[in-house]
Amino acid sequence: MTTKQYDAIIVGGGHNGLVCAAYLARAGRKVLVLERRHVLGGAAVSEELHPGFHFSVCSYVVSLFRPRIIRDLDLARHGLEMLPLESSFTPLPDGRSLCRWPEWHRTRREIARFSKRDADVYPEFGMAMAKMAFFARELVDQPAPDPTSLKIKDLHRLLRLGNQMRSLGPDMMQLNMQLLTMSSSEFLDLWFESDVLKAPMSVSGIIGTFLGVRSPGTAYVLLHHYMGEIDGAFRSWGFVKGGTGQLSNAVASAARSFGAEIRADSPVERVLLHDGEAQGVVLENGDEIRAKIVVSGVDPRRTFLGMVGEDHLEDEFVTRLRRYKYRGSSGKVNLAVDRLPEFACRPNENGRAEHLRGDIAIAPSIEYLEKAYDEAKYGDFSRRPYINVVIPSVLDPSVAPPGKHIVSCFVQYAPYHIKEGAQYWPERREAFGDAVVDTLEEYCPGFKDSILYRQVLTPWDLEQEFGLTEGNIFHGELSPEQLLFQRPVSGWAHYRTPIRRLWMCGSGTHPGGGIMGAPGMLAAEAILGTRET
Amino acid sequence: MPIPSPFHARTSELCTGLRWKDWSGYHAVCSYGPCHEPEYIAFRHSAGLMDVTPLHKYDVSGPDATAFLSRLMVKNIAKLKVGQITYCCWCDEDGKLLDDGTVWRLDENDYRVTAAEPSLAWFQHNAHGFTVSIEDTTSRIAAVSIQGPNAREILKQVSDADMDGLRFFWLARTRIDGRAAIITRTGYTGDLGYEVWVDSEDAVPLWDALMSAGQPYGIMPTGLDALDVCRVEAGFIMNGVDYYSANHCIIENRKSTPYEAGLGWTVNLERDPFIGQQALRLEKEQGPVRHFVGLEIDWDEFERLHARYGLPPELCSSAWRDPKPIYSTRGRQVGQATSGAWSPMLKRSLALATVDGPWHEVGQELQIECTVEYVRHRIKATVSKKPFFDPPRKRSVIGAPA
Ligand SMILES: Cc1cc2nc3c(=O)[nH]c(=O)nc-3n(C[C@H](O)[C@H](O)[C@H](O)COP(=O)(O)OP(=O)(O)OC[C@H]3O[C@@H](n4cnc5c(N)ncnc54)[C@H](O)[C@@H]3O)c2cc1C
Repeated sequence: MTTKQYDAIIVGGGHNGLVCAAYLARAGRKVLVLERRHVLGGAAVSEELHPGFHFSVCSYVVSLFRPRIIRDLDLARHGLEMLPLESSFTPLPDGRSLCRWPEWHRTRREIARFSKRDADVYPEFGMAMAKMAFFARELVDQPAPDPTSLKIKDLHRLLRLGNQMRSLGPDMMQLNMQLLTMSSSEFLDLWFESDVLKAPMSVSGIIGTFLGVRSPGTAYVLLHHYMGEIDGAFRSWGFVKGGTGQLSNAVASAARSFGAEIRADSPVERVLLHDGEAQGVVLENGDEIRAKIVVSGVDPRRTFLGMVGEDHLEDEFVTRLRRYKYRGSSGKVNLAVDRLPEFACRPNENGRAEHLRGDIAIAPSIEYLEKAYDEAKYGDFSRRPYINVVIPSVLDPSVAPPGKHIVSCFVQYAPYHIKEGAQYWPERREAFGDAVVDTLEEYCPGFKDSILYRQVLTPWDLEQEFGLTEGNIFHGELSPEQLLFQRPVSGWAHYRTPIRRLWMCGSGTHPGGGIMGAPGMLAAEAILGTRET
Repeated sequence: MPIPSPFHARTSELCTGLRWKDWSGYHAVCSYGPCHEPEYIAFRHSAGLMDVTPLHKYDVSGPDATAFLSRLMVKNIAKLKVGQITYCCWCDEDGKLLDDGTVWRLDENDYRVTAAEPSLAWFQHNAHGFTVSIEDTTSRIAAVSIQGPNAREILKQVSDADMDGLRFFWLARTRIDGRAAIITRTGYTGDLGYEVWVDSEDAVPLWDALMSAGQPYGIMPTGLDALDVCRVEAGFIMNGVDYYSANHCIIENRKSTPYEAGLGWTVNLERDPFIGQQALRLEKEQGPVRHFVGLEIDWDEFERLHARYGLPPELCSSAWRDPKPIYSTRGRQVGQATSGAWSPMLKRSLALATVDGPWHEVGQELQIECTVEYVRHRIKATVSKKPFFDPPRKRSVIGAPA
């Protein structure tokens, strides 16, 4: 047997690849990470796009990142700092607005202006979701339970989960069924009457999917967003100090401290196969690097149809891979501005604005959101889209020059498959950017004049630049049929693949996308549980 | 009834959370908003501005000022250079701690002392035979603390003092908004930070100058609750919380020596006589029986303990001060934790504790009491190095080799 240079090669230096590398290196394995781009982090990356402005280019807030990883890898020592978002603000075009705060009574009074009943129900809803999320957390921190497995260990686990579920009581069982089957707007209708409250709440259900708030299955994704945890405070979201890329950098620094080698500017062309077994990789420049195992942090389609090749896979597997849905639906507009934005419906006070210290949702009604989806259904971007705005420089002045700000806009819908064809996105790019800026201008008169720099990322750009297939931000939609033991393909949800010694560790595996690190960590644990390294 | 500080016109306007407490007889803000977290973030990520007027201040001057302070303090004040500041403590004749604070050498024979407790009587009592004047300047001088990574940049906007060159625990005389001010590179957060001292009449203009210059740098008014978390991260001991001034102790056992309080490094034994010298010499020879240490509470055990009750781990975001017993792994009580906090910076649950020797070595595994659902449990806590949080910027000087 030829000697292997490495125990493991990780393809892709996204945060999951890095987490996986760090865990493997910590266990004493000789690890090499190969990243295509010049910077690490994948979709969790910071770049100084304009002098003095450090943008979280793609992902912009963190919540689901597993606290266990922070402790295991001692990420605080490697420079990870998080700043919790403090509120959730929804401006309305008619001059009214809703802001949800960390303090219950303050939020209650805000909601009561729209519905007294909703104001009282709001904490009950939060409680029910927190209970469900606490239960679901167990699923996120461990490999997906597989109901099709007959292994004693798996059966035990299913039984235990079943018992835990039952112990939550019949109300919770019913809630669970509702979450799995309903649309997010329908689910919220069961609890609330005010559109102004429901609209910004419902959007959690559609982020990263090509579905509308009235599409069944979106309720479940709501829960995904209640599972976040920062400093033991559940369902809170935070900024990473210095931009999201600092999280990836901290993980990379931890990985290096355990001896991992990390190379940027090293695109992998294909996986080196011999007798149906992965033996290493071939870089685009022709270099061959050998290792005992290869772990792909790249999405399933790129991994198998790109780097392995159909010829080496069974038809059934290929068919299922093709059926796995990407169809990206979102874009990002990153702006550098010379002053703090000011919303007409809630003006700033002497240059300070408490309500801008959290996230801002342009989601004035369910109707608005559904209309935005309608345009996308027919192959166009939304003229008046849902926008999730954050201004990280308010909490973390280090990301922008003094007095200046970064306005980050996550935008939906921007369907990958526009009617002209995805490759025509570059021609539509600026029009899409204009739609976003024009929308904001309606709420913040004068906003346009404050813009110093603008970057528009369409789903096409996300694919071309960041390697996200069809621009899907999560390496495949987070819809119930693509989660748990079915992610990415049923039978292959435990990080192993049909190719021996080839593993997966990216967002296309359980528990899925978002800055979570869980796929990377669980993959490393699965690998270390075998003798392959 | 506490009195307002000279900054009250501004602080009361900003304190919309109406969370106040009594600090040395002054109205002091706990947090400006309903909770202290944004203020903590300002301290660690931009800059926090805090009214610290209630600190007791004494101006000591005269030909014997140096000799007098050297006799009073456990540290040899004669070694302090003009413009330099030192942190130290002072004891009674038995070598028991009375208080801790800073001593600044303003000029050859002019000093300022800051203290947590009123100390004039003790100072005067011991000034017998020295040609010194001691003035309690607490109410005459207003002070703010400006702490955080942007503190230096903000001060540069308002003062022409050489902020880049001002070293850790040194002072600079300057003018801010046309009025005399002293900037000291001191603070209680364990971070880059300064304190600014002016005449009480100049308090409001100083506040305004700093707030407006600080705006682009994310300055925020900050209260005591945020400071408390920073203080634990920095591993600083606090009079009245982690130790008691010998003046207030009914029983001997409550008193501490500097060696027990982790302040042994401030004691200069071999020199002219000073108060408590003999007792401290003996203590140094024998070694203290107790030690002030940092503890890190094990998260996994904390989380598992809650999970046994079906609960998520419940973290309090503010620092705690209710003492908790500390045990050896065999279950013998070997000390007490007197304050602690979850550190959002370090992602660790920290505590400050006093434990008996030999349980104080870094890495020693101990147990701390933890109550869940009204039931007392013990979970693992490990002795760790203080300060827990110690960024290089705390001492950095710009333009000088690191
Ligand atoms: C615009 C946008 C906004 C988002 N917002 C949020 C948010 O606010 N919060 C949140 O939690 N999540 C958010 N997400 C989702 C989240 O960022 C992703 O799910 C997550 O970062 C994916 O991490 P990963 O490590 O699994 O994969 P990736 O980050 O995609 O990493 C894969 C890596 O592989 C590299 N690669 C690809 N091909 C090759 C090759 N051939 N050779 C070598 N390397 C290769 C890529 O360059 C990339 O670095 C957002 C995503 C996007 C795109």
